[in-house]
Amino acid sequence: MSKGSLRSASGPLEYLRRWPLQAWLVMVGLFLYAPLLTLMAFSFNDSKRNIVWKGFTLKYYDKVLHNDSLIAAFGNSLTIAAISTLISVILGAMAALLLWRFRFKGKAVLDGAMALPIVVPEICMGVAMLVFFAKIMPWPSGLPWPLNLGAIIISHVSFSFPFVAVVVRARLASFNRELEEAAKDLGAGEFMTIRDVLIPHMQPSLIAGALLAFTLSLDDFVITFFTSGPDTVTFPVKVYSMVRFSVTPEVNAASTILIVFTVLLTALAIRLQGAAAVAGGHVPDASSK
Amino acid sequence: MEQSWKRAKAIFATVLGPPLAWLLLFFLIPLAIVWVYSFGTNVGLTEIAFTGTFSNYARAIEPLYVGIFLKSVGVAGLTTLLCLIVGFPVALAITFAPDRLKAWLILLVMLPFWTNLLIRTYALIAVLRTEGYVNLSLGWLWTHASGLMTMVGLSPLTRFEPLELLHNNFAVVFGLVYVHLPFMVLPLYSALDRLDRSLLEASLDLGAGHVRTMLMVVVPLALPGIASGILITFIPALGAYLTPDLLGGPDSQMIANIIERQFKRANDWPFGAALSFLLMYMTFIAIALQAMLAKRKTEAGS
Repeated sequence: MSKGSLRSASGPLEYLRRWPLQAWLVMVGLFLYAPLLTLMAFSFNDSKRNIVWKGFTLKYYDKVLHNDSLIAAFGNSLTIAAISTLISVILGAMAALLLWRFRFKGKAVLDGAMALPIVVPEICMGVAMLVFFAKIMPWPSGLPWPLNLGAIIISHVSFSFPFVAVVVRARLASFNRELEEAAKDLGAGEFMTIRDVLIPHMQPSLIAGALLAFTLSLDDFVITFFTSGPDTVTFPVKVYSMVRFSVTPEVNAASTILIVFTVLLTALAIRLQGAAAVAGGHVPDASSK
Repeated sequence: MEQSWKRAKAIFATVLGPPLAWLLLFFLIPLAIVWVYSFGTNVGLTEIAFTGTFSNYARAIEPLYVGIFLKSVGVAGLTTLLCLIVGFPVALAITFAPDRLKAWLILLVMLPFWTNLLIRTYALIAVLRTEGYVNLSLGWLWTHASGLMTMVGLSPLTRFEPLELLHNNFAVVFGLVYVHLPFMVLPLYSALDRLDRSLLEASLDLGAGHVRTMLMVVVPLALPGIASGILITFIPALGAYLTPDLLGGPDSQMIANIIERQFKRANDWPFGAALSFLLMYMTFIAIALQAMLAKRKTEAGS
């Protein structure tokens, strides 16, 4: 027991109560949030030049909601994220189960190869996908929606499912093998054991992995930039082409909608899993590399 | 604990097949093709001949490209250093925060990280540009300071010249730090969180100040976490495309921008492929260095 902790006011290690650290936190908070908050605030600004506050308006939201190509891009992004998340969770869970449970020749190699999509620079993966879909497996053009998004969905699954595998594998490590034995003693077959015992145990990590895959897909610009065509534009790619021209309140409004969407998704995750789990779910996967 | 695959062949085949097939077909084969292309030559507009030449790599070590590689490493290194300086106190504050607050502080750090990268970069453009909010605030302060000086009888200041904050190297580093800060804070936090607190208390009890305790006790103990934070920040910063593209000027091109240009505009795929693989090798070297350091650390510890 240190003498400080006997004093109720502030222990020696309660750094959060010290003003220099508090000031630092406030500054970092400003650094992280001020740009985003001003961006959101100025989406309501009634001025084309977008610097000085001229009054409240919703007209840029109206413009965004009537911008068909932007809406289509947003729909594409959500569709790609949903489909690629579904495939990533299935493949990721399988890979996690495989690497957690089995001993086999070449396991170390496979383990290393599974980590590659996580560490390879985005630009390298982007050009690899570009070359693959240009030369080896040209994605047929003119397919009906959403099949025309196939090339983008495939690339998104390729970089998402190893992340899901990492999250699920971390969860499997805490599985009590005796439960599996018990299930088998009680007459369950292999597949039944997996379905009724293992998968329920994996469930929180499947949700966490799905959220991670969904945000990764929604967020991706570089790899999509290399795989999207003129009729398969996603939201980031569309915003990119708008930003290249100028800073307009319309982009602010579109960005605000996506930020609010992200915050809502996070809130949903917190509601489902609790703040600690949502925050904690990402710590191991960030530090395991 | 692990089971031999022979004891449950059906399940083994079911969980092995799909992930392995996907990884091979949609990841390893595309990369392998790029690798093969890096030894090829352009013939005609769209045809690439596999000539086994090293000329693409030879071109990549011309001074122009070596300069860009060095610059990218420098920018990424500076970004990592700044993230470490900014992020360490934040990680420290989170570590010693009460449990309930802890999760919320982590969420606060993560939330911008979940927000679309393009939107965050765009937000910085609005802040930094000549008629952006920083210059606007500075101009306002300047005018009022000038007015104040005339009131007390001094001569007014010269007209306010907006600072050039966008489309230069400053903006690139600023943007990279902004984007990559969470990458640094999270591993730092998970390393600090594992520390044995009684060691810190002992150091403080024995008369070391807080700064000295940090430098002599916390930093050496958290070194593996610091190293992984450095790696996790450095790798994406080195391969950054969007930030230098949107915030940088003509001289702030990084490797990724050069690669993109080869594939999308210059249409020199073999050279772009060679550059991609050089970038990838640099990434692997960084990972190997960190793994070696971590290994030496654990061997010294045991």
